[in-house]
Amino acid sequence: METASQSIEPKTNYLNADYTIKSWLLTTDHKRIALLFLGSITLFFFLGGFFAMLIRLELLTPAGDLVLADTYNKLFTMHGIVMIFLFLIPSVPAVFGNFVLPMMIGAKDLAFPRLNLASWYIFMLGASFVLYAILTGGMDTGWTFYTPYSTTYSNTNVVTAAVGVFIIGFSSIFTGLNFIVTVHRMRAPGLTWRRLPLFVWAHYATSVIMVLGTPVLAITLVLVALERLFHIGIFDARLGGDPLLFQHLFWFYSHPAVYIMILPSMGVISEVVACFSRKRVFGYDFVAMSSIAIAVLGFLVWAHHMFVAGISIYAALVFSLLSFFVAIPSAVKVFNWTATLYKGSISLDTPMLYVFAFIGLFTIGGLTGIFLASVGLDLHVHDTYFVVAHFHYIMVGGGVTGFLCALHFWWPKITGKMYPESFARLSAVLVFLGFNLTFFPQFLLGYMGMPRRYHAYPPEFQVLNVLSTAGASILAVGFLMPMVYFVWSLQYGKDAGPNPYRAAGLEWMTPSPPPTFNFDETPVVTWEAYNYDEIDAPSKGVEVAG
Amino acid sequence: MTRSMHPARGLKLPDSETAVHNLRHHFADLEQQSATAKFGMWIFLVTEIMFFGGMFASYLIYRLSYYNAWVAGSQTMEIRYGTANTAVLICSSLTMVMAVHWAKLGSRKLTALFLILTLALGLAFLGIKAVEYHEHWVHHEVPGANFHFEHTGNYDPRHVSIFFSLYFAMTGMHALHMVIGAGLLTWLLIANARGRFSPEYNSPVELVGLYWHFVDIIWIYLFPLLYLISHHHPGG
Amino acid sequence: MNEHAHPSVKTFIAVWAALLVLTALTVFASTLELGPFNAIVALSIATIKALLVLLFFMELRYSTALTKVAVVSAIFFLMLLVGLTLADYLTRGWSSYINPFR
Repeated sequence: METASQSIEPKTNYLNADYTIKSWLLTTDHKRIALLFLGSITLFFFLGGFFAMLIRLELLTPAGDLVLADTYNKLFTMHGIVMIFLFLIPSVPAVFGNFVLPMMIGAKDLAFPRLNLASWYIFMLGASFVLYAILTGGMDTGWTFYTPYSTTYSNTNVVTAAVGVFIIGFSSIFTGLNFIVTVHRMRAPGLTWRRLPLFVWAHYATSVIMVLGTPVLAITLVLVALERLFHIGIFDARLGGDPLLFQHLFWFYSHPAVYIMILPSMGVISEVVACFSRKRVFGYDFVAMSSIAIAVLGFLVWAHHMFVAGISIYAALVFSLLSFFVAIPSAVKVFNWTATLYKGSISLDTPMLYVFAFIGLFTIGGLTGIFLASVGLDLHVHDTYFVVAHFHYIMVGGGVTGFLCALHFWWPKITGKMYPESFARLSAVLVFLGFNLTFFPQFLLGYMGMPRRYHAYPPEFQVLNVLSTAGASILAVGFLMPMVYFVWSLQYGKDAGPNPYRAAGLEWMTPSPPPTFNFDETPVVTWEAYNYDEIDAPSKGVEVAG
Repeated sequence: MTRSMHPARGLKLPDSETAVHNLRHHFADLEQQSATAKFGMWIFLVTEIMFFGGMFASYLIYRLSYYNAWVAGSQTMEIRYGTANTAVLICSSLTMVMAVHWAKLGSRKLTALFLILTLALGLAFLGIKAVEYHEHWVHHEVPGANFHFEHTGNYDPRHVSIFFSLYFAMTGMHALHMVIGAGLLTWLLIANARGRFSPEYNSPVELVGLYWHFVDIIWIYLFPLLYLISHHHPGG
Repeated sequence: MNEHAHPSVKTFIAVWAALLVLTALTVFASTLELGPFNAIVALSIATIKALLVLLFFMELRYSTALTKVAVVSAIFFLMLLVGLTLADYLTRGWSSYINPFR
């Protein structure tokens, strides 16, 4: 067992076990697969960011003068599809879930390592279809593929993109399947459910959503493709089909999908807030149960995306009420994280900065979701920038922030190197400031009536749009900086040692980087999660690392 | 020892070497591995329930909206073919279950026999389906440019197009799953011929069995929903 | 956890026979004029058949509680999809789609 003073890298870890390309492309090591995903999704993140940049440049001026309206439609469509399906849905689970979850439960790998590798290949295959669709003309339906535009009227690469998303869906399903089975069957002796890190609970709940929801998206996309290719009538009003049926089927997945995009980040926050407050997470049981509650309740609210689409008012009221309920477990988490901070011994390392950013931004995003859940309010702000701001607060202010938090927290474990703390803190601050400057004005714009998905707008909205674009530039710098210093750290970073943050968790009891099979012997767990009181106790003979 | 376990011609005794060879490194023992694999297959079947479920939901919405058109569409189905196919699949589920049974008992020959029977029945199903599809095509019942329905009742023939869309989507997706199942059975036959299975290690047979039965269950619902809606004239 | 009880070959054959009988029954029932009960009878018979396959052929009866929970969950969430979507269609009133008052 290594101690902090012994920061010499062992001769063989999962990185240097084999240097050949084949060993990477045919790996079944969950840690390597995590890095395969990390590389891919990072590329896709910047691709999606590129589309965002063009959108924000167009919106600098009221006139639609940078691109044609049709091109603009393609830009926001491709931004959405790439960011959601090629980045956010896989992000935390496929990178950090893959890397850390088996180690957190004391396992040597996931239940189905070959399926895990297949997950990555399937992801890349689907992404290739999407990229091909983009390169050969793009799609302009919005990431939501609403019918009948997508099935009848659009002249863009709808089917190719739909096939790509369909394939990527299977990557998601297989990852979720793998996690569920792993958590049930591969936990180390003594690791009861209530001793599990909350990160594991969050990923378990996420996996349940992936497994139950994604297939419905898959079949819906099949029907869209069939409709588009063969004009079968299922969503075509001219033949008696109902375009709203598409929306029901689509949102049955896509609403829970947003919980796929946030729950894993919430799991990250639980880990990091405990570590940098040196306290166990307050209300552990409540936080664990809230993940399950979000997964279940998340399936009951989808038609709040359809309040003005033509559903019955009675259905709207039911979904509105249910949407209010689904906010409760999220609020439970925020309260418990805050309570964890109270009287904690707080240190403002970079991951903790992201925790604070998350708590604030997610709260704003979540509360504005409540506004949208109210039918009367939604009537006014639906399809305006208010909605755009709401979901970016959640997905970027919550989801991406959680991803960056995880990246900074587990980087030392993954690479064995520390990144430069001052640059990392600066970039976290830039992300936070840039993000707020980009998206807060959008709440105001939406409330004042600026519609989303329009490339031109009335001149009185220009000032706020300029602020938003300025913010986006700062945000971009904040996102680019980690690319630089993380790569720098690989060569020049300080050796991290097994547990630089003195964190709780089985993954920190291995060397950094870990050996291929994680543990020489399966650990036997006799302690509760977040046993920081034991870790920080001055002179007890407790076997912990660091 | 029960009679069924008595060594008989073709019964292969347990091969512990083969068993150990199949243990993957991250599992403690074969038992954990096969229980885990089985649970994994059940979770996959959960996703399949949701996958087909979207189409069943669409079917239900439109059936409640356009009942007469649904009746008209359903009446073009040949109940003989549908019933025959249902019987074929039920028999194939029995042969599949027997294949798993003999795989667990270590009989390579009997496992092969029942796998072949299952495969043959599955192919028979697909054959009958192909005949049905051809008939629909010839009668202009395939949605799209070639669709033409002589309507003789209180319904809109365009709605019958939606019925057929769902008919082809649902039975087509089912048939695709049958084809995949046939592929899996073939793979099992090859592995079995190479002596890869034993009483200790026969998960793949069991897992393909679960998949096969699930596809049978889908058909059990498709049959009454598509073929047996009503014998009465869709006069409204 | 070892795989314990298995249905015997006799059970399998009995289930197979039952499935064939139920198939004949459902075809016969469809020839009767039962109004709305035609659908109920047909789906009930189909569900019994499905349960026979699930419990005996797929050995769900002998599987872990967790497996049973997984299957029940899938059906539950599917019912949510159908049920809440119907909640929209059934209460539209004005629409040309499902109109229970027509």
